[in-house]
Amino acid sequence: MYIYTDFDRNFLRARVAEFRDQVERRIDGSLTEDEFKPLRLMNGLYLQLHAYMLRVAIPYGSLRSAQMRKLAEIADRWDKGYGHFTTRQNIQFNWPKLSDVPDMLDALADVNMHAIQTSGNCIRNVTADHFAGATPDEVEDPRITAELIRQWSTDHPEFAYLPRKFKLAVTGTEEDRAVIRFHDIGIRVREQDGEVGYQIVIGGGLGRTPMIGKVVREFLPRADLFAYLEAILKVYNLSGRRDNKYKARIKILVHETGLEELKSRIETEFATQKRLLPDLNPEVVANVRASFVTPAFKDTDFDPNKAQSPALRAFLDTNARDHARADHASVTVSIKPIGGTPGDATSDQMRALADIAEAYGYDELRISHEQNVILPHVHRADLPAVYDALRAAGLATANVGLISDIIACPGMDYCALATARSIPIAQQIGEAFSDLDAQHDIGPLKIKISGCINACGHHHVGHIGILGLDRAGVENYQITLGGDGTEEAAVGTRTGPGFAYDEIVPAVERLIEAYLDQRLSPEETFLAAYRRLGLAPFKDALYGDAHAKAA
Amino acid sequence: MTETTQIITREGFVEDRFAGTNIPTLEEYTGGGAVLLPVDANPSALAPHLSTLALVVIPFASSADGRGFSHAAALRTLGFKGHVRARGHVLVDQFRAALRAGFDDVEISAAQAARNPEAQWLAVPHDTCYQTRLFAA
Repeated sequence: MYIYTDFDRNFLRARVAEFRDQVERRIDGSLTEDEFKPLRLMNGLYLQLHAYMLRVAIPYGSLRSAQMRKLAEIADRWDKGYGHFTTRQNIQFNWPKLSDVPDMLDALADVNMHAIQTSGNCIRNVTADHFAGATPDEVEDPRITAELIRQWSTDHPEFAYLPRKFKLAVTGTEEDRAVIRFHDIGIRVREQDGEVGYQIVIGGGLGRTPMIGKVVREFLPRADLFAYLEAILKVYNLSGRRDNKYKARIKILVHETGLEELKSRIETEFATQKRLLPDLNPEVVANVRASFVTPAFKDTDFDPNKAQSPALRAFLDTNARDHARADHASVTVSIKPIGGTPGDATSDQMRALADIAEAYGYDELRISHEQNVILPHVHRADLPAVYDALRAAGLATANVGLISDIIACPGMDYCALATARSIPIAQQIGEAFSDLDAQHDIGPLKIKISGCINACGHHHVGHIGILGLDRAGVENYQITLGGDGTEEAAVGTRTGPGFAYDEIVPAVERLIEAYLDQRLSPEETFLAAYRRLGLAPFKDALYGDAHAKAA
Repeated sequence: MTETTQIITREGFVEDRFAGTNIPTLEEYTGGGAVLLPVDANPSALAPHLSTLALVVIPFASSADGRGFSHAAALRTLGFKGHVRARGHVLVDQFRAALRAGFDDVEISAAQAARNPEAQWLAVPHDTCYQTRLFAA
């Protein structure tokens, strides 16, 4: 993991002091609310439905135990004893007082954490594959590149007041778990003729206008990384629309300008930047790389055929995956207990996770964009002990990747923008399919729920997407099918009219019945069946005979 | 500077060294002296005049519109050695970025200067910056 230097630490303390001063100036009136807004946003502070919300950055989702414990302490001391892990691998505290926020930021700085650039129209926290450094199939740990980008984008003088927020994600594998096709800039580390470089994708995004990102460079040499990013951001800063915030993301610029024209503008600017900026210094890269050394893995002897309890086996089947080392595994801890709020963790659970990571996980934790927590490196001999400890903490739900592993935005329960509730829908779906054996039979399925068209719940890339809207004061839920955030990127297709609050869960149940009826075999996933069958049988299931007759 | 505005450099509130200078808009500009470069213009339009031009003023209609930062940077990229000024709604908290992007000073309204006295501008830290470190060859 990246090890903070004195420079990083001093930078953080200076920024906290600056924000403390800004809060004081807001309170004494020398900053107006309009002027304060971009400043608090740049420090991760939102005004929500009920209170301020502080969003803390977890760069590329990587955490140490001490950092997780500090998050628990903050939750207890300044919030209501819990935190909410987000789809940007961050954590949000929903109930801080404005006057407490500088102290919270100081507490975060104690463990090299911060809330810088977690909101506002700037370059946001960079995300990366949550199995980075542990997965068997990667060209290189994508966090090296993500950390370089974090440094480059932090407090960048030119790009703090962009037309709109700007998100980057990095993957080090062909299989894309970082959803790079749906980011403003998506980066895939790749190798060409023995040289490590990048495939660059721009203009992807969800929100009101979902778009799949387009490749703007098949191979960018590593030395040119910053010059190229500078070029894209300069073009976007000057050409992105500022007249309408819903048309201000780079995806709209790509769409309205056309990829070829925009690409040529970027390449022209890149040529200038390449002339002016030095190549990315290999020494800088080497220093960052040295921070991401793999832990000293244990060589404990263990019997891979040792008998396991059915519960442990079921847990490992769903929540564990192969590691780059055969004698290790990565364990995903579901923060989606049946009937719970997706992504919410109590301070006790955070401390339990910190303890488990310290005892069995080389002190490393990850937050996934699917709102789960990952122990990236666990020796297989320790898996039973990890399972027992998770169970004791109420964290052993064996549902990763299954129907109840739902992504949901906070919805109308917390968010000022939401037009419908999301969390209760997730809870009710979880309860409707509470039998884990039945969930295993249904197999891999991603349900994603957004409580408004801004799509924070990523419903466009859900195999089943649910979008909650307001129709004349009544909640109405639209369904999309076939979305996919991986390398096979697809935006879900709307099935037809929406469903009322009390109709949406039965509608999902009908979709699942239709799938189970029509799949070729248990190996054919919901998504595969949808791709083979198309929308028709699912529409029949949703809308019944009326639809069948009309069609 | 007029009576209703205040010039601020890293040294604090200062007199306007360009007081009384005629600053034509880009359309009226014919070379030399000073020019007002709107944020929707292309800074490279000034390329032929950079050696004779002394002052470029870039207006900030809103502190949320960051195009001016890229314009200042672009002028420096083009090799402009003269004076670049940010005029309008620039926040204390944007001052560090403004100077680093290539501005020499900012010009704010007297009303804003009353709300944001000199001490606030002098308190802005200028020493910490990732980009300089990263781009040090």
